Amino acid sequence: MSANEINERRLTIARAMAEAIQQEMQRDERVFVMGEDIGELGGVFGNTRGLLEAFGSERIRDTPISETAFIGAAVGAAQDGMRPIVELMFVDFFGVCFDAIYNLMAKNSYFSGGNFKVPMVLMTATGGGYSDAGQHSQCLYGSFAHLPGIKVVSPSNAYDAKGLMTSAMRDDSPVVYMFHKGLQGMGWLGTEPVATVHTPQDDYEVEIGKAKVVREGTDVTLVGLAMGVHNALQAADKLAGQGVNAEVIDLVSLVPLDREAIIDSVAKTGRLIVVDEDYHSYGVSGEIIATVAEHGLSKLKSAPKRVTYPDVPIPFARPMEQFCLPNPDKIVAAYHAM
Amino acid sequence: MQPDRDQKHWMYERMVVSRRFEERIEKIYLEGKTPAFNMANGPIPGEMHLSNGQEPVAVGVCAHLSADDTVTATHRPHHQAIAKGVDLNKMAAEIFGKATGLSGGRGGHMHLFDASVNFACSGIVGQGCGPACGAALSRKMQGKPGVAVAFLGEGAVNQGAFHETMNLAALWELPVVFVVEDNAWGISVAKCDSTSVPRNDVRAAAYGIPGHFIEGNDPYAIFDVVGEAIKRAREGAGPTLIEVETYRLAGHFMGDAEGYRPEGEKDALFAKDPIPALRERLLADADATEADLDTIEARARGEVDEAIAFALESEYAPPEDALTAVYA
Repeated sequence: MSANEINERRLTIARAMAEAIQQEMQRDERVFVMGEDIGELGGVFGNTRGLLEAFGSERIRDTPISETAFIGAAVGAAQDGMRPIVELMFVDFFGVCFDAIYNLMAKNSYFSGGNFKVPMVLMTATGGGYSDAGQHSQCLYGSFAHLPGIKVVSPSNAYDAKGLMTSAMRDDSPVVYMFHKGLQGMGWLGTEPVATVHTPQDDYEVEIGKAKVVREGTDVTLVGLAMGVHNALQAADKLAGQGVNAEVIDLVSLVPLDREAIIDSVAKTGRLIVVDEDYHSYGVSGEIIATVAEHGLSKLKSAPKRVTYPDVPIPFARPMEQFCLPNPDKIVAAYHAM
Repeated sequence: MQPDRDQKHWMYERMVVSRRFEERIEKIYLEGKTPAFNMANGPIPGEMHLSNGQEPVAVGVCAHLSADDTVTATHRPHHQAIAKGVDLNKMAAEIFGKATGLSGGRGGHMHLFDASVNFACSGIVGQGCGPACGAALSRKMQGKPGVAVAFLGEGAVNQGAFHETMNLAALWELPVVFVVEDNAWGISVAKCDSTSVPRNDVRAAAYGIPGHFIEGNDPYAIFDVVGEAIKRAREGAGPTLIEVETYRLAGHFMGDAEGYRPEGEKDALFAKDPIPALRERLLADADATEADLDTIEARARGEVDEAIAFALESEYAPPEDALTAVYA
């Protein structure tokens, strides 16, 4: 066994998030958590497992099923000097509480000229692929990233998950932290094994607003986030077998968006495919392509492509949903269609 | 609980400041908007919701609050802000959109925020309730003194946010008081046409907390009932819901023709204008002399004149400032 393997400390994203929260709650007593089933249950997706035992029900607060109330309360507590974390169990539930998110959380700092700060984290589960249909499977990245005043991040692996959570809790601006259910490492839901990676014990930050080149290449740039990164990496493996050298960018953060990393990569490869599990139109994929277009189409050797979720509600039936979802083969096909 | 003489004088003065302020705003707001009314024109563009007639609620509540306590206000926030002690110069400048305003002109009249006195607004009906609960929760968790008051209109009581937060506040025994200003109209829809019960205080029973209804737009009665509720909240006994009958002497917003009002309603309301009523009462109860009240009124007018002058003399921020302060 190599030294590397001995030192490896592989965590799921769920455990990495819980560890980040636990460490920050020990360091900063202003941090507390509110949400549905985040106490005794440890979060439906495991993000708060063990925290109730460690901190008690004052700081790990199970709430009524009242997202408007507890997200609005988080805004008020943040303005009053606390640093709350709230969990919106499924991002699809934003429909019952969006005023608290985009009219209060996102705007109060601006409307106060910065005199009030709203340092809070809203963590929420995204993504489908397990036949939960369109009220429990959306990504909605674009819907959130579209709105000024909130930062938006989404990790693809446990290392980033822990560091991003720590950064989000220390940020003086509100951060929407979107975690993909298919990467979470829950016992009851299949997970992408590559998301479970070495995660250092001590606390650390992953910069919000900085993309990562997770695979270097010269022939095509594949841009994605969360599950999209894994689809892109698997596509890159397939393309490598065909003699095509793909570069993969993990956006990590949608707001701020690291446009420079995308432009630099496309300048090198001349080809761009965006992988996004969110809806096709008016979303992240369009923004990435517009970014490249605005910075000089002359760098492109062919028109950009996007592998995204079609503009339809997410269906229940397995064959229908799988037909709609992005996957590595679709990315490979997109490359060959360039 | 009854106000002492100083408190009565303070309440009267804040009410007069608020009314004189609204009168100045109303006059200036109409500049550039005649003969054709276009909300986008004039020194104060946009919507304008005046608080004329609703002053007793603001002073009856805020007489019990210090700068350290939290208030979340509504789309009709001027009287509440003035009673809470928001800096009037900065508030006026904000309403004009000037650089010296509370947020440099980013918020305007429906989004007045003054962190120095823990005052925040939401222009969306009922949505101040959540932040008020959060401020109350924050104090409770930190073991720090301070209560929160969420002001809302009677129309807001039919919003989900109100019911969710009432339950949360009751469940967690938060030091928060919900104060409903019942001016009988949700824009053009009468309370009786929008609300299943004649008085919203009964809704408190659904959450197991005390509920009170105060008739007559009476500042002393408001002071009394709200004072008990705030005392209760400070002692850790949890939230209270209070609905106050008040009068909207203006339209919902400026430009509102108020054709929905029954004939004679406005005249009847003006006959009950709470400011002359309080003046007469102070004199009748020998709580003030004519000279005292003249002094108060002159001082109030001076304060308003100074604020309006400050706003008018202030410059607009460079337009590109719009791009700043989005993030902390």
